[in-house]
Amino acid sequence: MAAEATLLSSSAPSPVSRRGLVLCKHCNLVVPPGLIDATREAQFCCHGCETAYSIIHTCGLERYYELRQQLDDRAPAPGTDRTYNDFDDDTFRRLHTRQIGPLTRCELFLHGVHCSACLWLIERLPRMVKGLVEARLDLRRGIVDLAWDDGVVKLSHIARTLASIGYPPQPARDRKSRSHRVAEDRRQLVRLAAAGAIAANVMLFALALYAGIFDAMEPAHRTMFRWLSMVLTVLSLVWPGAVFFKSSWAAIRTRTPHIDVPIALALFAGGAWSVFTTIKGSGEIYFDTVSVLVFALLAGRFFQSRQQRASADDVELLFSLTPSSARRVEGGVTRDVPIESLQTGDLVQVLAGDSLPCDGEVDSGDSLVDESLLSGESRPVRVTHGDRVAAGTLNISAELFVRVQTVGEETRVGQLMRLVADGARRKAPIVRFADVVGSWFTLGMLALAAITLGIWLWLDPAHAVDHAVALLVVTCPCALGLATPIVITIATGRAARRGMLIKGGDVIQSLSKPGVMILDKTGTLTSGGLSLVAWHGEDSIRPLVQAVEATSNHPIAKALARDLAAPVASNIYRVHDANQILGRGIEATVNDRRVVIGSLSFVSTLARVTLEHADLARRWAAEGITPILVAVDGISAALAAMGDGIRPEARATLDELRRRGWQLRIASGDHQDVVTRVGSALGFTLEDCLGGLSPEAKLTLVERTKATLDPRSGRRLVMVGDGVNDAAALAAADVGIAVHGGAEASLAACDVYLSRPGIGSILELLDGCGRSMNVIRRNLWVSLFYNTTAAGIAVAGLLNPLIAAIVMPISSLSALAVSLKSRTFPDLRESARLSASRQPGSRP
Amino acid sequence: MSVLFIVVPLAVLLAAGGVLAFAWAARSGQFDDVDTPAERMLHDE
Repeated sequence: MAAEATLLSSSAPSPVSRRGLVLCKHCNLVVPPGLIDATREAQFCCHGCETAYSIIHTCGLERYYELRQQLDDRAPAPGTDRTYNDFDDDTFRRLHTRQIGPLTRCELFLHGVHCSACLWLIERLPRMVKGLVEARLDLRRGIVDLAWDDGVVKLSHIARTLASIGYPPQPARDRKSRSHRVAEDRRQLVRLAAAGAIAANVMLFALALYAGIFDAMEPAHRTMFRWLSMVLTVLSLVWPGAVFFKSSWAAIRTRTPHIDVPIALALFAGGAWSVFTTIKGSGEIYFDTVSVLVFALLAGRFFQSRQQRASADDVELLFSLTPSSARRVEGGVTRDVPIESLQTGDLVQVLAGDSLPCDGEVDSGDSLVDESLLSGESRPVRVTHGDRVAAGTLNISAELFVRVQTVGEETRVGQLMRLVADGARRKAPIVRFADVVGSWFTLGMLALAAITLGIWLWLDPAHAVDHAVALLVVTCPCALGLATPIVITIATGRAARRGMLIKGGDVIQSLSKPGVMILDKTGTLTSGGLSLVAWHGEDSIRPLVQAVEATSNHPIAKALARDLAAPVASNIYRVHDANQILGRGIEATVNDRRVVIGSLSFVSTLARVTLEHADLARRWAAEGITPILVAVDGISAALAAMGDGIRPEARATLDELRRRGWQLRIASGDHQDVVTRVGSALGFTLEDCLGGLSPEAKLTLVERTKATLDPRSGRRLVMVGDGVNDAAALAAADVGIAVHGGAEASLAACDVYLSRPGIGSILELLDGCGRSMNVIRRNLWVSLFYNTTAAGIAVAGLLNPLIAAIVMPISSLSALAVSLKSRTFPDLRESARLSASRQPGSRP
Repeated sequence: MSVLFIVVPLAVLLAAGGVLAFAWAARSGQFDDVDTPAERMLHDE
């Protein structure tokens, strides 16, 4: 690592674009701001580029595949200690691979795929692996489709090779649901194409007909154009346009307001009356306006659903990152097998750092298990023979052998997942702003049409229906119906690029006004792992402690060594005679000084502990942080507190949220004392710090709090969390926000996923949603302005199809222009420039 | 101008042919991934 750092810093710095953006040293694309490392000169946009660069740099500018040998000798990338042998198991093959002719195919999700260089590297894989015939990468999703000859090469070997070049693979678990979605996507595209072709042709006929008004036109030609327009438009209405009628019929039946109702009304009135006049042989037709409306509105919806699907896809693919294999002990040897093939009674090995694949009982081993994901408890629990452990928890310190009791849906995690489904089912849909407006539009349109009909029946009965239909067509809220999806598309697209994956458009509305926010503690407000939270003692002792703790691999020791590490290397401290007693502490001699580090009871048996230190240690323990005593030469000298540290940005973020009028509460599964300590440090009052909550209690809390909010006030309940224990609450809340590092269950349940660590990006999310909502409201005014003007003309009886055909697109286009130009979420380029100017080190 | 009675329906048929061709392309998956091919051609040798 150190060698690599010198290598990179001795080279020329990254290029900088004309607009001041930091560009990738290898591929010259913009480096995402989160990846800029100010401590080195060369910046990379992804692992692929960095790998490619370091290979080319160390070996001259030779071609990549000529360097295959050296690539294989490289130090493995993180996570490559996996053998991927489970990829060859029969259960895995049945679930994830398919046989086509002599070749086997499989889709794998690759972590870290980013740019064109990744594509190049991965698609050259068949040259490195004999027997691999094809590797095709979907760059945006990061899914590689592999085809190989099973007789020549095993999938595990391909997977290991992928991991060694920096792309650890996982099976893409959602293949079935994805193929279903792809089929739906294709159908939508075909419908859109049909609507577009029809609209274009009907417009051409309309052009001929309008020209014929001024020029003499043969009646036979006129009749032909009218009949052709009719056939095409009716086709457009019954095939692609049927979605509007279906959804408005559903809305009328369930008596919920919907924007599709006025749209369908306009389409139906315009279409039906035009069919009538065509058959009659005289009168106005609106086929051009109707068919263009169908096309434009479908296009808006197509883009919206595509964007939201992309965000949902990204979240779903993250599920694939959780380990799906277990190490089963079979006759004395361990073998990697897929989780699905585990059975009750099997013995599995769980290495330190792995998560548990099943619920079970510890057979042998002595280790610490982090159950925070399941219980919210931040302190690791010690387990040994006979203790029960749960699937999804993390084994921290030593290897364990676990006897499988339940797997899959029967585990505690599986039961929680059912709770999630319940929470989601009971959640009432939010009535969208556009839909509320839609119901007013319908009423307004019908009232105006009735007035027009009444006036003209009295003035000129022959043209009364004509004028009423003209009014219905021209007051169709298409500007609103088209612009709203476009705003949501742009906003979710930009948010996704900034690491906020929004799964549904309702979120934007719900987050645009302050409401009640319930936050999880462990992993959301705190970092979720052990770190040094306080140090009491002289700084000169710190390097001694660091040197001793660096010799141990106990989680507390490792965290302490990491957090005490001084910028200057501590190699002048020589540690010998180190003696570690598991679960108690460590003693060692450092530069002739005897150092004892450990719990109060352990240190007091080996050294004299001052009253001050003992008191402080007891007080800290009562507050829920772990005190570590340090004694030097027989007398206690310092006290370190280990706990779950509060995230650096948490306080500022929460204060800003309070300033904006959000009502905040903490809901945690951790002990009340710990929750109170963290809460008071973050400015919560005592009654807003709720501890000791089970997942079920969290769900109840969310549902109860939600019931106290008036749905018409626009105040919503937002839940922020990360663990399995939050998942049900996330699903039940109006908006569930899962934070970085969250469990699979919480990703499935949430509406928004923040892929940057911490809650700092919540503010950005709220800002973006607020701005997007303003744009939607502005569109309403644009739409209203046009519709009232047009309605005035129609009531006066001056509206003919030509004016309608001109007014409608203008209103849609102006609303569209407003949406495209307005600021919702800041553009990636803007923020990259900002962060480049904030980090002077990354600029030459 | 009676040629219009042949030419205009012919134009409509042509458009229908275009829609059918597009439907075939979409159903065979040619629009499933529209980002990667643009990058892939940069590396084709």
